[in-house]
Amino acid sequence: MVAAVMSTINRNSAQLLATLVSNKRVGAYHQLLLNVGDLVKSCKPGNFVAIKVGGDSSKMILRRAFAISRVSDISQYGGTMELIVAPHGSGSKWLCSQVEGTEIDIIAPLGTAFGIPTEPINALLIGGGYGSAPLFGLADVLKSRGCKVDMLLGASVGSKIYAPMEGKRSVNSLKIYTEDGSMGETGRVTESLLEIIAQRNIDVIYSCGPMGMLRAITELVAESDVIHQCAVEESMACGVGICMTCVLPVMNDDGTTSMLRSCIDGPVMDGSVVRWDLVGKVPEAQS
Amino acid sequence: MTMPVDMSTTLGNAWFPHPIFTASGCASSGKELAQFFDLKDIGAVVTKSVMNKPRHGRPTPRMAETPSGMLNSIGLQGPGIDAFLAKDVPWLLEQKARVIVSIAGETIEEYSTLARKLRSVSGISAVEVNISCPNVENRGLVFACDPDASRRVIDGVRKAIGGELPIIAKLSPDVTNLPDIAKGVVDAGADALALINTVLGMVINIDTMKTHLGGKTGGLSGPAIRPIAVRAIYQVHAALPQTPILGMGGVASGRDAFEMILAGASGVSVGTASFGNPSAAIAIQNELRDLLAQRGFATLKDAVGFAHREDAQ
Repeated sequence: MVAAVMSTINRNSAQLLATLVSNKRVGAYHQLLLNVGDLVKSCKPGNFVAIKVGGDSSKMILRRAFAISRVSDISQYGGTMELIVAPHGSGSKWLCSQVEGTEIDIIAPLGTAFGIPTEPINALLIGGGYGSAPLFGLADVLKSRGCKVDMLLGASVGSKIYAPMEGKRSVNSLKIYTEDGSMGETGRVTESLLEIIAQRNIDVIYSCGPMGMLRAITELVAESDVIHQCAVEESMACGVGICMTCVLPVMNDDGTTSMLRSCIDGPVMDGSVVRWDLVGKVPEAQS
Repeated sequence: MTMPVDMSTTLGNAWFPHPIFTASGCASSGKELAQFFDLKDIGAVVTKSVMNKPRHGRPTPRMAETPSGMLNSIGLQGPGIDAFLAKDVPWLLEQKARVIVSIAGETIEEYSTLARKLRSVSGISAVEVNISCPNVENRGLVFACDPDASRRVIDGVRKAIGGELPIIAKLSPDVTNLPDIAKGVVDAGADALALINTVLGMVINIDTMKTHLGGKTGGLSGPAIRPIAVRAIYQVHAALPQTPILGMGGVASGRDAFEMILAGASGVSVGTASFGNPSAAIAIQNELRDLLAQRGFATLKDAVGFAHREDAQ
């Protein structure tokens, strides 16, 4: 049974031309700043932006989705949105090659946001690769609510760790793991996760990174009371809920599974309801 | 100063004030696009093909971008006709949008069942019959690729739905003789034709060295297939000049829509372009109006099939 849940697109989203006001290389990534004016007021940590790439005569017809890493309404340019982009595919390479002053066609903010607790809690933020980017903006918000914020970052190599100086100020502690040991400890973020949770009385984990990491965290905390909010990643054609390509199997209250759109019901989801074992499969075949 | 252009059009006995439609499967059931434009400002919302029962669809990955196009393999994920009629259609009608309901089935009987359920629904403008589905009773052969099965589906829908509601048969370009299949479904009771559905394609991931899509094959859409669509519309309009055609396949600008009108389309659906630009349908409609005015057409209807005039002389 597919539940007839009718979710809707982020009501604050708008399509506009935003001026690229800064484009800097940071390690393996590019830090892009877009002037989006008052739109910053409706952007929340976890939301994403869909960007048209390649110019008007491009053979790339689909937008690219990027997590909004943080927004600021006090910069010298007015309201700005920061993105951390890995120049990996042809679309992101095009975006990273744009010069300051270019007008970029964006739709934002899209998707769900990380849930912010009303009371001060102990939060653990876990980022994989450039998935750490939106966590620094989240850390600022949590800190301003009186939460204690610890952070774990992991990547294959040190150059893929994104941890800006100013970002480090918004967390109580930062621990880095690399698989090749080129920065921080050797291993993965899940290495001593249960010990860290116990030592620091963690209430909520916020995570962003590869699906394998999100699944591993979910499985580690499954037996505990820790809430795991994760920002998922699934390839999207539209970002606005009309193409049905970015679906993930998610458990309903009645135990049935629905294929939900990660652009509308995500990217931030409760890790414990995602059927990680069924990602890339069809639920019917399993039941 | 140019004269205003009468942009209205008809498909069977259904009249539409505007000639641009969404394409089924590219607008979900309309709600999401309503954030970007007023749904009543286009001809109609053609809803995502709905089946009798709720359906999960195919596994991910469900899409791959290709040069000037994309492959999709969704597998008709949807809520099923009952939930769709209870929730989606009333919402669209509340928005004053005109609605064309697209149906899909795995058997000839399923199409008839869907048609019977639509018969009693008031307010919808037409039904689109998506016959690009595998026929489970005939080794999974796609209905649209089998002239006899195509006719039988439309005949069943016509009998179940009664005489009033226009039937638009959506055909696949993956056939040897498209005008023949078109004639068959029109003889069986289709009032109009939707041309074209996606073109079957495949992408192989060179890292995994396996097919990229979860469903292995997918439907190619986007500007890459537009010339195929224009050819299909032109050929079918030549063979059946009295049958209205809803043209689609890679339309991304007013120029593209105008090309399909000239080939013989009475209306044009915008599909994949909405993924890149959710307000594409409105932009295309405005560009089309300007192009018609610039070329001196007082009505859109005067331009339908205009590219055929040399052949007729």
